[in-house]
Amino acid sequence: MNQQEALFRFALRMGDNALVLGHRISEWCGHAPALEEDIAQTNIALDLIGQARNYLTYAGEVEGKGRKEDDLAYLRDSREYINALITEQPKGDFAHTIVRSFLWDAFHRPLLNALANSSDERLKGIAEKAVKEVAYHLRHSSEWLIRFGDGTEESHRRAQTALDELWRFTGELFEADEAEQILAKEGVIPPLESLKAEWNATVDRVLAEATLKRPSEGWMASGGKKGVHTEHLSLMLAEMQTLQRSYPGVEW
Amino acid sequence: MPEKKQEALFQQAVDGEQKVEPRDWMPEGYRKNLIRQISQHAHSEVVGMLPEGNWITRAPSLHRKTILLAKVQDEAGHGLYLYSAAETLGIGRDELIDQLLSGKAKYSSIFNYPTLTWADIGAIGWLVDGAAIINQVMLTRTSYGPYSRAMVRICKEESFHNRQGYDILMTLSKGTPEQKAMAQDALDRWWWPSLMMFGPSDKDSPHSAQSMQWKIKRQGNDELRQVFIDRTVPQAEFIGLKVPDPKLKWNEQTQHYDWGEINWEEFNQVIKGNGPCNAERMAARRKAHDDGAWVREAALAHAEKKNKRNAA
Repeated sequence: MNQQEALFRFALRMGDNALVLGHRISEWCGHAPALEEDIAQTNIALDLIGQARNYLTYAGEVEGKGRKEDDLAYLRDSREYINALITEQPKGDFAHTIVRSFLWDAFHRPLLNALANSSDERLKGIAEKAVKEVAYHLRHSSEWLIRFGDGTEESHRRAQTALDELWRFTGELFEADEAEQILAKEGVIPPLESLKAEWNATVDRVLAEATLKRPSEGWMASGGKKGVHTEHLSLMLAEMQTLQRSYPGVEW
Repeated sequence: MPEKKQEALFQQAVDGEQKVEPRDWMPEGYRKNLIRQISQHAHSEVVGMLPEGNWITRAPSLHRKTILLAKVQDEAGHGLYLYSAAETLGIGRDELIDQLLSGKAKYSSIFNYPTLTWADIGAIGWLVDGAAIINQVMLTRTSYGPYSRAMVRICKEESFHNRQGYDILMTLSKGTPEQKAMAQDALDRWWWPSLMMFGPSDKDSPHSAQSMQWKIKRQGNDELRQVFIDRTVPQAEFIGLKVPDPKLKWNEQTQHYDWGEINWEEFNQVIKGNGPCNAERMAARRKAHDDGAWVREAALAHAEKKNKRNAA
């Protein structure tokens, strides 16, 4: 793999992560626990889908085969998606949604902070804008997690259950694939393991305030970054891609 | 001051185009009428999120998905300002939502129709928001200050939605024969329900006369409906779609379109709860409310704990 190919793969992954999670969060629109949360969750979905469009456009340019954002979003199957597994998990109850966001946001923010200093001008530009959005996402998910943990007995139980169930998807976030190793060596992206300390600190601080128990490390799921997903992703894509697949090659 | 005298002064102020503000004296009937109308409007925004929300996960491009999400988000925002405007009349949001969920309060019947294809998202923006704008532009001049101000803000966003909806149908009508058929089918299904949005004919409208006198409403249902038809028919022609009304014809003498008959039986059935999606819409709102109960309770419990700790 040369550096160009590595860059394509990384930009594609950043796009896939943002698109898949943004799509998942958008499933709440019209169904959230309060109108304020319809607005907030939709805002977050919009931020993520906006970021995805920037990354996918860039990935298409780096690849040089003329693929545009929609070709990459709508015309790849789940085996070609390389997002982290946590982003594709179903929305579940609102505790699952908040925990899914929190575990991701706590990783996403330090990653973008580092990318805002990337030697690649385009990644740097995308990250500089996105990092402000993601600081808000992390604040929002942290505040809800604290409310749930330190709220009622029921909310505490639901939050702890979600945390225990989603924890196994966090190990993969820090596993660098070949593309990420190449780019880290060239200083284009940070070494992923270097983000772990900040992630740990954020998780421990918020869980402590929420009076929730950090699950033991245990067995970690992996595969999303290689295109080997949970069963949820192909269903999500079948829904998302239906019009583009049913009417190939037309304008919408 | 005797009530009769207060009423006379109130009417005089309204006739002089002074806005009524929350702390001003107002007849009980005026307050009730406004609570009914504003909350119905708020509920319509909130229920209106559902038919369009149905296509968020299937929007055919990232650009369209972004626009649709932003639009449905705007509707949640409109719901919030309108509930706040209703609250200035002395009723809480929780009580209003209970009225919606118990079926006591109404919302716009148009949202009881299903969104069956992507073209329906275009039709809602173009026709439903187009009809809503005509009503809302009138309401920017309504006599109650907070309602009038909410409308000014809402109208700006609605006209953006209206253009986006038309743009969806324009793109489809320039597309393949299948896409064009999809656009025509959407117009066929949404045209008459959109005309019904203006409500019964003035002679059959139970609240119209009093609302006009209080300047809550400024124009009659029939007049507004005609404005909508006159404005929309040329837009349909421009993109090569046919309005499904065999009696539709430009009248040189009146400088308006003549048009057919609304099926008022259908209108009454949908209002009674027998529309295609009444049950689904209410079930979706109740589910969101019930599933969200523990979330709202947790937020309250946490806020209380925090207050206690801060006080200690």
